[in-house]
Parts: sequence; C-alpha cells; structure tokens
Amino acid sequence: MNVHGDLGALVGRSKVQRVEFVIEWALFLCALLSVGTTIGIIAVLAVETAAFLREVSVLEFLFGTEWTPLFAAPKFGVLPLVTGTALVSLIAMAVALPMGLLSAVYLSEYADPRVRRFVKPVLEVLAGIPTVVYGYFALLFVTPVLQELIPDLAGFNALGPGIVMGIMILPLVSSLSEDAMRGVPRGLREGSYALGATKMQTSLRVIVPAAFSGITAAFILAVSRAIGETMIVAIAAGQQPRLTWDPTVPIETMTTYIVQVSLGDTPQGTLEYRTIFAVGMLLFLGTFGLNVISAWLRERYREEYA
Amino acid sequence: MNRALTASLPGSADARHIRWRRLVDRGFQALALAVLLATLAALAALIADVWRDGAGRLSWDFVTSFPSRRASQAGIWHALTGSIFVLVLTAAIAVPIGVAAAIYLEEYGSRSRSARLIEINITNLAAVPSVIYGLLGLSLFVRMLALGRSVLAGAATLALLVLPIVILSTREALRAVPKSVREGSYALGATKWQTIWHQVLPVAFPGILTGLILALSRAIGETAPLITIGAVTFVTFAPDSIWSPFTVLPIQVFNWVSRPQPEFQANAAAGILVLLALLLTMNAAAIWLRDRYRRKDAA
Repeated sequence: MNVHGDLGALVGRSKVQRVEFVIEWALFLCALLSVGTTIGIIAVLAVETAAFLREVSVLEFLFGTEWTPLFAAPKFGVLPLVTGTALVSLIAMAVALPMGLLSAVYLSEYADPRVRRFVKPVLEVLAGIPTVVYGYFALLFVTPVLQELIPDLAGFNALGPGIVMGIMILPLVSSLSEDAMRGVPRGLREGSYALGATKMQTSLRVIVPAAFSGITAAFILAVSRAIGETMIVAIAAGQQPRLTWDPTVPIETMTTYIVQVSLGDTPQGTLEYRTIFAVGMLLFLGTFGLNVISAWLRERYREEYA
Repeated sequence: MNRALTASLPGSADARHIRWRRLVDRGFQALALAVLLATLAALAALIADVWRDGAGRLSWDFVTSFPSRRASQAGIWHALTGSIFVLVLTAAIAVPIGVAAAIYLEEYGSRSRSARLIEINITNLAAVPSVIYGLLGLSLFVRMLALGRSVLAGAATLALLVLPIVILSTREALRAVPKSVREGSYALGATKWQTIWHQVLPVAFPGILTGLILALSRAIGETAPLITIGAVTFVTFAPDSIWSPFTVLPIQVFNWVSRPQPEFQANAAAGILVLLALLLTMNAAAIWLRDRYRRKDAA
C-alpha cells in the first residue's frame, strides 16, 4: 500500500497506484516551492549585493556615517538608515512590550471569559488593519497631538510613527505572550495560590517566569516586525537619513529608503538600483536572525511543558 | 500564640499586610485593564479620526471616478478595480499551491526530514518583511521573467507573500479533522488520495476557507511590496488584462496622504474607509464561516 517516494511504483502497478504516486509528488513540489521562495530571496539579494559591493567597499557600506546615494557625490554609509530603523523600533518596543505583556497578563490571568471573547477579536481587527492606515494615523493624528505637548516636534519624526508602530505590534506581543502563559500548567498556579500568593504575585513571579521563553520569543518576533515595517515610517518618519537618536527630527529607515527609490524611476543595473538590494540584504539578515532565535525559543518552550 | 489565629484578628499586623497585598493586587489589575482599554481606545481614535476626515468625501462619485489633479474630482475606481483584480489573481495562484503544500505537509510527509525542513522554512518565511518580497518580485517577476510592472507580476509577488499564511492556516484546518474520518475511509478500502479528496477536504473546507479569507485580507492591505515592484501611482484607467499596469487602493491612499494639501488627505481618509469596509466584509465572512463550522461541529 505504501507508495512513498518509490520510483518503482510507476512500473507494473495498477492505475490507482500510479495516480496516487503522481499526486503525492505534485503535492510535494508545491510544498517545495516555499523552499524555492527562500532560495529566490537569498539569491536575488546576494547577486545584487555582490555587484554593489564590487563598487563600494564593505567597510564604507557598514560603517560609513553618511548615506547620500542619490547625490552627485554619493556616499554609501548605511549607518544613518540603521540608526533610524533602530530608533523607531526602540520607541515601538517601548510601547508594545510593557503594554502587550500587561494586556496578556490581564487576558490570561484576570479576565472573565466574556471579556476575552470580546477583546480577542478586537485585537485581531487591530492586527489586521493595513499599515498604510496606521501611517495616516501617525502623520495626521498622533504627530499633531504630540506637537501640542512637544512644540519642537517636526512634522516628520521618529516619535509619532514609533508609538503608532507600537500599537500596531501590540496585538502580536499580547496574543503570543498570552498563548505562552495559558500554556503554563495549572498546577503551578494552584501551588502558588495555595501558598497564599495573590493573583499579581502569581502572575509576575510564577506565570511570567514559567512562560519566559515563550514570551521572549514573542518579543523577538515583535522586534523583527518593527524593523521590517515599512509604510508607517515611509509616511510619517520622513526621508532624511541622518545619524541621530533624537526622536523629534525627520529620519529615514532602511525600509523607507527601499520605498523611496522604488517610487522613482530607477534604471536597472545602476549602482542606485543595487543599493536597495544591499539595504534589503541587511534587513533580511537582521530579521531572519531574529526570527530564527524566536522560533528556537518557542520550540524550547514547547518542550518544557510538553 | 498560634500565628494562624493572630492573622485573623482585625487590626493585627498580618491583617494589615493582607489588606495591603489585596490593595496592590487590585491596583495591578486596574493597571492591566487600563492598558487594555487604552489599546481599544487607540483603535477607536484611529477609526474616529479617519471617519471625521474622510466621511464627507465618500460618495458614489468618489468610488466610480478616476484620479485627477483636482482633489474634489478624484476617485478610486482605477485603484479599487486594481485591488480586486490583483486579489483575485493572487488567490488563483496562492490558494491551489498553498492548499496542496499544506496537504502534503499534514497528510503525507509529517514525519520525514524534508517535511520538517520545509516546515521550519515556512515559519521563517511568514516573518520575512513584506518589502523584501517586493525586491524578490522586482528581480524575479518584473525583470527576469519579463512580466513587467503588470497585474500578473503584482499578484505573483503577493501570492508568494501570503503562501506561508495559507499553508499554516490550511494545516490547522486539516489537523482539526478527526482521525476516525480517515480511518473509516481506509477501512472501506479507499486509497490515501481518495480519503483526502472525498473525506478530509470536505470536512476541513470551512476551516480552510476561513484561513484563506484571512490570508487574502492581508494581501489586500499590502502596499510596500507592490510599490517596490513598481506599481504605478498615477493610472487613469482600470486594468483590463493581466498585463496591464495597475495601482491598488493602499498605494492610492499612500499617494494622497503624501501630498501636503488637506483636500487630498481627505481623499486618503475616504480611500481608507473604503479599504476598511472591504476588509471588514472579508473578516465578517470569515468569522461567520468559523461560527457556522463550530455550531455544526457541536451538533
């Protein structure tokens, strides 16, 4: 009956078995396409980045402090884009981590099932809103409101989009952390209560530490989302690559740069065209590294309480 | 004296301590609830803000007009048709491939090493930034396969983007099918594929459909990858073939929001309202399907 991957199955078997064999291989090829996608991404980025690095030294690219590839005398130091990305991501995480974790604790340990049934879908809606909408919100609502509080805040800045990005990522942090906390065995909770601990003590000193690797995995995935997020920053953070940690002035992130160049009409094969792949490669390596760590932590967590 | 007894005496140090701990606990609960409410308030503020800015521009004319240099005459017909065209084509590419891949991983290769590798790979792909898919699409579809900046190139790019989501959600739906369904079918002499096609898929269908709709609602909101492959921002016609240049609703919104004039920003808000309405319809359909499925399950 077993026809797994056996080429001999094509010969001297009934029609039914041949059909089974062909179908299995067709399905397998579809599954293999995802591997093809990964290889495609890496190949495309690697080829163009290699061509880019033939004209610009790796050292200048990674450690240069000026990014002016579209100027007459271009400079290719990617650091301003990296710090821009890091700045916005840091602000986003400062919003998403504490708020996401507290929401998760509330939903997992305190909330009435009826509240959960209402709140979870609302958080899903929040997670499903297109990022271009969040960009609009950051530029035309959050930044003007912040300008009331901080008069020096520029129209394009890192703070407004950072906060909005935090709100966008919050559902991800909250739902993954909540999953991790709900996965903690009941016995741990009951043991803590039996010793006279309050709900807060149980949540913060028993549940959160017990779910730690799951929660960390959620945080790391959230950082990766923040780094790769594009439209919010493209709309509201500006397009001025500058090496600064000041959240009130316009900056440019790696993702924004890719969008900025794509909006222009860049001829293929030019150095300018290749810069977006070099920046993309950096972005891919960064997020990919974080994703791998996150997946590894999740796996470890699953094993702990399997 | 016994500690347990003193603890119950009102006014004792232990009793005060317990009261204090209860207070802290209440405070913490209030803080956590406040954070949750703040999140919901942010969502409310977002929708209220967009509604306030854009509701005045919403009209049938706005939906059926082409873009214009004059904000008051500009509409979204080209972008809306572009979005729907791209979405249908994306579904046509991603759904069969994604469902097939999920069937393989869930029903055939769940224990083999290659299947395990493919699984890890899919989880990773699901977290790759969407703009990177744009770079892949630009290089692979637009340039190498010479599809140009067409509807087809856009749909192929988005198909790769949503494929991991389609696969993951389909697998979940397949996993929810009870083992007894498969065993009953095998017991009657059906082959593996006959079992999957005639028994497993029909049972899993509503679950699969729900996942597909959610995956596609991700596709309809995507902006960055389509900008990267070079979807144009100013088209004055609706796309009429898979080779047409196109734009989509989120790109049109981006284009309008990037202009300094408030009139165009009002257009952006109105465009967002249409986009959100579209998304809401899709999500409502998905939830309705999920509920119907659950009720049938319980019956």
